[in-house]
Amino acid sequence: MEPLRKTLSIHTSPHIASGADVARIMRHVIYALLPVCGFAIYAFGWAALLTLVVAVVVCWLSEVLFCRLLRKPATLADGSVTITGILFALTLPPGLPLWMTVVGAFAAVGLGKFLFGGLAANVFNPALVGRAFLQAAFPGAMTTWSPVLAADRFSQIPSSLLAAPFMQPNYDTVSSASPLALLKFEHTPTPLGDLFLGTTAGSLGETSSLIILLGGAYLIARGMMSWRIPAGILVAVAVVGGISYVADSERFGSPLFMLFSGGLMLGAMFMATDPVSSPVTHRGCFVYGLLIGLVVVVIRNWGGLAEGVMYAILFANAVSPHIDNWLQPLPFGRKPGHGRERGS
Amino acid sequence: MAHKPINIPVVTAEPVDTDVFIKGLWRQNPIFVQVLGMCPTLAVTNSAINALTMGLATLFVLVMSCGLVSLLRRVIPHHGRIAGFVLIVATFVTIADYAIQAVSLEVHKALGAFVSLIVVNCIILGRIEAFAAKNDLKPAVLDALGMGLGFAAALLVLGGVRELLGSGSIFGARLFGESFAPWVVMLLPSGGFLVLGVLVLGVAWLKTGQAEESK
Repeated sequence: MEPLRKTLSIHTSPHIASGADVARIMRHVIYALLPVCGFAIYAFGWAALLTLVVAVVVCWLSEVLFCRLLRKPATLADGSVTITGILFALTLPPGLPLWMTVVGAFAAVGLGKFLFGGLAANVFNPALVGRAFLQAAFPGAMTTWSPVLAADRFSQIPSSLLAAPFMQPNYDTVSSASPLALLKFEHTPTPLGDLFLGTTAGSLGETSSLIILLGGAYLIARGMMSWRIPAGILVAVAVVGGISYVADSERFGSPLFMLFSGGLMLGAMFMATDPVSSPVTHRGCFVYGLLIGLVVVVIRNWGGLAEGVMYAILFANAVSPHIDNWLQPLPFGRKPGHGRERGS
Repeated sequence: MAHKPINIPVVTAEPVDTDVFIKGLWRQNPIFVQVLGMCPTLAVTNSAINALTMGLATLFVLVMSCGLVSLLRRVIPHHGRIAGFVLIVATFVTIADYAIQAVSLEVHKALGAFVSLIVVNCIILGRIEAFAAKNDLKPAVLDALGMGLGFAAALLVLGGVRELLGSGSIFGARLFGESFAPWVVMLLPSGGFLVLGVLVLGVAWLKTGQAEESK
């Protein structure tokens, strides 16, 4: 008797797999981030390279440590923690002591990722949790900006970088203010061309809007990132920033200044789009983006801080499950208002 | 008609004296396990000396009032017992308040209203209502001692970590010299939440390990 041949396999959806797994998406995000890292190293020299290497290595080590400690399957190889390390480093001011980078990278992986259960369970973007921790612990060092394109950036390592653990850094150059701080506290706008190309003071990876936009465009073209989140952020910043500029152009920056200054582009393209901590529905992504943009402008214009991208994204991270819940799409065939289960 | 004594002594589930004493130190630690008394825990642990003072004051009030309530448990009417307990606690809080003022006015200022607020500390009312009002003097005092020491030790750990990172010192003695970079957040309330959370996590993790080993 011929054995029963299995011609029909029955299982639930999804039936078509795109072949995109965590490792593949993360690899493409790393490709998109490489030019940003390259420009950071070009603009800030050894300081940028050392900060990047230290942040990534500490993130790797923390990942291995926590995976062992919590007896979880090792997730080092999928690249997600590498991205956390790179993104975290890119948000740091050049010249930050390396020991603070170590503390922040450990906090990013420990507090940001594994406290909530590891990969795909984190409520907040781990890189931003690490940065928020440093901002709260060392507000002075986190807002001291070294000048961009310094002549000696490749000939010597800034002494502030090598401060002994637990000790205050000694800055050997006169620090310069970031464009946002210049506008907020000294009412001096920075030329848009400098902002776009990245020849201004700022965090390692946030200065060049051009290169960040190219990286974001690559990811969107590859279908690795939802375009709705950055679109929502940019639209909200342009509109709300535009209204406030029209209302008081002396005090507030122009919409274009808002868009290209500070960490907005880096945040919009690479931080807010973290697939774990952002909404999953299409409409939800757009609402989430709009919310981030609104909070950014509110903090920049009326808050005590010069920059608000980090807190805006962390805030929206916390809200994103509720946005998903609110904007749940109807299952196929179900009529609106008919036995719809909401937030059960 | 005389009030019926409601607080009839009951046989407790934990008759062993050592266990009555020890459970508050670790297994039922009021801060790390029961998560009670969070108000002073978060508010005054920004330095080791403040934390220790608060811990010792609470220990004193806890032991004295648990002892007195245990002695008076047949006299205090059931319906008015909370008022009676608070009156007893408030008496000892006043003593502790004056004692702290006499020893160090500086620490008293740093603790502010939180010494007076020991009156409404839920650990104290909790131990009185749940234990001292139903037990003899000896177990009541032992229970209060264990809980009070557990509370004081937890506060000291919290205050020590926060002072070490936030000011670079322990009990005011600078450990890192003048160029220490303070972790500003540790002295702020958010640092209290952060350190407390990590410590609660650590204790829970250790306890899980212990439970697995004893299986």
